[in-house]
Amino acid sequence: MISERLYTFADFVCKTLFEPLINLIDDKKKKKPLFLSPSNSEMDFQVVILAGGFSSNLAPLVSKEVPKALLPVANRPVLSYVLDLLESSNLKDLIVVVEGEDAALTVGGWISSACVDRLHVEVAAVAENVGTAGALKAIAHHLTAKDILIVSGDIVSDISPGAVAATHTRHDAAVTAMLCAEPVSGPAESGGAGGKDKIKKPACYDIIGLDSSKQFLLYIATGVEVKRDTRLKKSILCAAGKMEIRSDLVDSHIYAFKRSVLQEVLEQKPTFRCLKQDVLPYLVRTQLRSDVFSDEKAVEENGSGHGKNNMQNNDGVSSQILSNAFLPSFHKVYESGLDIRKTHKCCVYIADESKYCVRLNSIQAFMDVNRDVIGDANHLSGYSFSAHHNIVHPSAELGSKTTVGPHCMLGEGSQVGDKCNVKRSVIGRHCRIGSNVKVVNSVVMDHATIGDGCSIQGSVICSNAQLQERVALRDCQVEAGYVVFAGGEHKGETFARK
Amino acid sequence: MESRRNPRAVVDPKVRQVGFFTSSQPDSTYQPDPIASESHPVVSSISPSGNSLSPVMIPPPRHNSSDTFPLRAAAAASAVSPSSFSYSTRRDFPDGSMTASPGRVSRASFSKPSSSLPGVGMDSMAAAKSSSVPASGLTTVSVVNMPPGLSGTVTCFKVVDLVLLDSQCLVYQIAEKESDQKKNSKPLKEKTTKAERRALQEAQRAAKAAAKAEGGKAPLVSSGSVASTNVKVTKPAKPSSQKNDVAAVAAGPSEKKGGQAEKDRKKDAPHPRMQYDDESRVVKAKRRAVVKQTEAKNRVELFRHLPQYEHGTQLPDLETKFFQLDPMHPAVYKVGLQYLSGDISGGNARCIAMLQAFQEVVKDYSTPSEKTLNRDMTAKISSYVSFLIECRPLSVSMGNAIRFVKNRIAKLPITLSESEAKAALQSDIERFINEKIVMADTVIVKHAVTKIRDGDVLLTYGSPTAVEMVLLHAHELKKKFRVLVVDSRPKLEGQLLLRRLIKRGINCTYTHINAVSYIMHEVTKVFLGASSVLSNGTVYSRVGTASVAMVASAFRVPVLVCCEAYKFHERVQLDSICSNELGDPNAISKVRGREDINYLDGLTNNANLQFLNLMYDATPSDYISMIITDYGMVPPTSVPVIVREYQKEHSLV
Repeated sequence: MISERLYTFADFVCKTLFEPLINLIDDKKKKKPLFLSPSNSEMDFQVVILAGGFSSNLAPLVSKEVPKALLPVANRPVLSYVLDLLESSNLKDLIVVVEGEDAALTVGGWISSACVDRLHVEVAAVAENVGTAGALKAIAHHLTAKDILIVSGDIVSDISPGAVAATHTRHDAAVTAMLCAEPVSGPAESGGAGGKDKIKKPACYDIIGLDSSKQFLLYIATGVEVKRDTRLKKSILCAAGKMEIRSDLVDSHIYAFKRSVLQEVLEQKPTFRCLKQDVLPYLVRTQLRSDVFSDEKAVEENGSGHGKNNMQNNDGVSSQILSNAFLPSFHKVYESGLDIRKTHKCCVYIADESKYCVRLNSIQAFMDVNRDVIGDANHLSGYSFSAHHNIVHPSAELGSKTTVGPHCMLGEGSQVGDKCNVKRSVIGRHCRIGSNVKVVNSVVMDHATIGDGCSIQGSVICSNAQLQERVALRDCQVEAGYVVFAGGEHKGETFARK
Repeated sequence: MESRRNPRAVVDPKVRQVGFFTSSQPDSTYQPDPIASESHPVVSSISPSGNSLSPVMIPPPRHNSSDTFPLRAAAAASAVSPSSFSYSTRRDFPDGSMTASPGRVSRASFSKPSSSLPGVGMDSMAAAKSSSVPASGLTTVSVVNMPPGLSGTVTCFKVVDLVLLDSQCLVYQIAEKESDQKKNSKPLKEKTTKAERRALQEAQRAAKAAAKAEGGKAPLVSSGSVASTNVKVTKPAKPSSQKNDVAAVAAGPSEKKGGQAEKDRKKDAPHPRMQYDDESRVVKAKRRAVVKQTEAKNRVELFRHLPQYEHGTQLPDLETKFFQLDPMHPAVYKVGLQYLSGDISGGNARCIAMLQAFQEVVKDYSTPSEKTLNRDMTAKISSYVSFLIECRPLSVSMGNAIRFVKNRIAKLPITLSESEAKAALQSDIERFINEKIVMADTVIVKHAVTKIRDGDVLLTYGSPTAVEMVLLHAHELKKKFRVLVVDSRPKLEGQLLLRRLIKRGINCTYTHINAVSYIMHEVTKVFLGASSVLSNGTVYSRVGTASVAMVASAFRVPVLVCCEAYKFHERVQLDSICSNELGDPNAISKVRGREDINYLDGLTNNANLQFLNLMYDATPSDYISMIITDYGMVPPTSVPVIVREYQKEHSLV
């Protein structure tokens, strides 16, 4: 593994060192399409992937070598799912924003090795702990398209981002958020410590208010904010007439923003840190008294028209005809009812319930995603499953009387000893598992070593970790490279070096 | 009409020919007798098989009727030719885009990793720009290298001339060997075999489809389509049977010119007035459709020739394809989505939205190498138009506008540079909007206001833009009148009009169409809008207009129709069955905002229940006292004159 890592790193350094030179040399013939960003500019969308850094939520799992974006889901980095999703929508010019230089280096290295010649990816490193809004602010000067599609780098989903973009375009909205049904969380059916997990899981539900057509967002609050009572804007409620409050939907962190709006908000509100908790609620709150649309429309109109003054009046009439013909949203009605207040639209795209969409933002989610990708949502993994609904790499070695159940995955070069039992688990590459080992509902990452007679349930063993003989783990996380000594019985612990 | 006297022995039982303009099914309506077609120029002028993507009837072609065949063949070929141009690669121009976004020049900030704190290694420009958060540079880590020759996949046509018949808007491509083909029988023979093969294939396909089909209808359908294909087999043998299946004839020239793929697209090109009860054509049209179209199940038998789709599935499907439709321009795509979702409606608004999208298209257009602007742009516009048709059938106004745009493109002098041509086109489109719509409306207002007197009670139906302007202007002139807004479900457009009128302080009464006969006795004038006015004086308008006009004429109340002249059309229509649009059946089965009235829930897929949500109806000219248009106030009988004059002017523009 080390050699592999070194190789990609060297490759990456090579690239970064020499690419500027190369660029200088054949700037003219080669680099042009990059800035045209053809596939996106066709629809005038720029894609930003917020890949995060070393998230503290996933504390023992992420490490210096493995930032959040590269956490393996079914032995593929989680970022690759996002990239595949975007690529399948023909979005090939991407900006990946990573928190922290080191993480950026690692992520960039992986992308350059995995996606070269497939995607045109640019990686931007931002300071750590600036939040999603801060990260966007840092790269704001790179954003040039009319609309920006922002995708979280930890999403495993099969919902087409095009749908969000289309809704956004159709309504000419300031922001469009994608909502999806709340994922089924918690351990698999046989997992014992269900109650405990629920306590550990943060209350991540969102409170979402929709209008009667289910197209516009009237209210949004994340579960953390909602303590006991919550405030609604009376004007919005009056204008919309009816509001449907849903708690079974979650914001899935795929947004389409109008670039001018996004930049305006980030400019005006330097304190905003998080897109979901600050920017989106702010835009929703102010949708009927918009400050972000300050006479931008008029400017646009003048620019696009031929600037002839005599035409101005006619333009007005034709746009009047147009606006009268539009099926009016409540914004329009409100606008016409009062003075010349500006409004902007906050739309939602509600994904079909049959679609899969989960964010990998907690250890529990990590377990869930791994379970689903080789289980219920296996079309996402991109692997072909055997008749037993599992994937055993041909180079994996199984001892005698070892059973690998359905919804399991064994990476290449892994060795499993005799009389082992693997159920609903993902085992990475080149793992060595002794005999009489039981692995249930767990994730074992690459190069881990598990001694004889171990029993692992609902746990995550990170890469290069070592479990000595007869260790029994239940709902534990073992940090990369950690050595768990023989004979211990642990429950719900986190093994990490201080 | 002449040709209907001798109907063919084999007639597709599914085809319903009402009126005499349903040109997509000429084989069953017209006797493909070579003598008849050559000796009756009238017949041939009514029936040019409408290959242009204009949704409307094509006016009499100005050609010698004895020389119809080459034109016919060429027309057939040209109908589909746009498809060969519609693929453009976006990476055509590696040069000239460098300046687009200097900010995104990849700075490899990692090249000096150890020395840089976060944000220090960035460009100074970037760092200076952000306030609290240090700006960051981008590092290109993955690059796609496009193969160089991607843009060059253009099949070259040997085109001698490019002619555009101004009134028809058809681009005729005349291949080099065209004239030889006409006389020489040998290529014709070859053609025949090709067509036969195609026909055979289609027959097999139809048989297969019929085998799959179940229920009592299956044998009927299969026999119908097989019979029609049999007809096709015999047809190409007669060289001058131009009015027969266009596609079959088209196979000949296209075989000479284009590749296989092009041919596939060619024969699939939809006819704007396609008869949707002809299964083989529907299947073909579906194959090339961008919008996924699931045919609604329980359709009213009388209206089976009109397209009706499951409305629920179209929009989500199109939305998911958002980034995948490469050749589509975003502005066109947006307008298409808005048509499909019903966000935008009304003849004028739809037309303006489309024209503005086309303006964007022209603005962003650049001619691919090895192509000429005139032809490539026409092809592009055609492909956009067919996309828009898939989203929602075109209105007459849009058809006229499209014809205008194509006409302008074709007439651009070759000598113009690209930028000049683009500027000319943009200003032409701008002028169309201004002159034909905006100015026309102001003129209409000026005329119509003279008809409003103090104490009048005016009735209007729906939400016609021109009438609204009239009312508002009359109010500005301090005329004292009252307005009755009559409305109907499911769209309830009148409420919006009502809202705007009340805001201006006009005294209004609002009622539904059910009560129109009761309320009519107090009305002094009826003002109506129109989607189109046809040359027999028929007003084609929002469904319900005919009833209002009829009631009004029964009460001896004058009916004034406000309609811009660009919506006039030379077509003649006697009823609203043969040409209409079907709306979303769910719109009438459900009452918006009233979940308690759900008596029809769960019955939508019942085979015994069919929903009919018609969008338009035709008001006979008898009920109409006057049509107010930009050329003045005319009786309905004068419409043909305006159409004729308008056409003349149109070609001169």
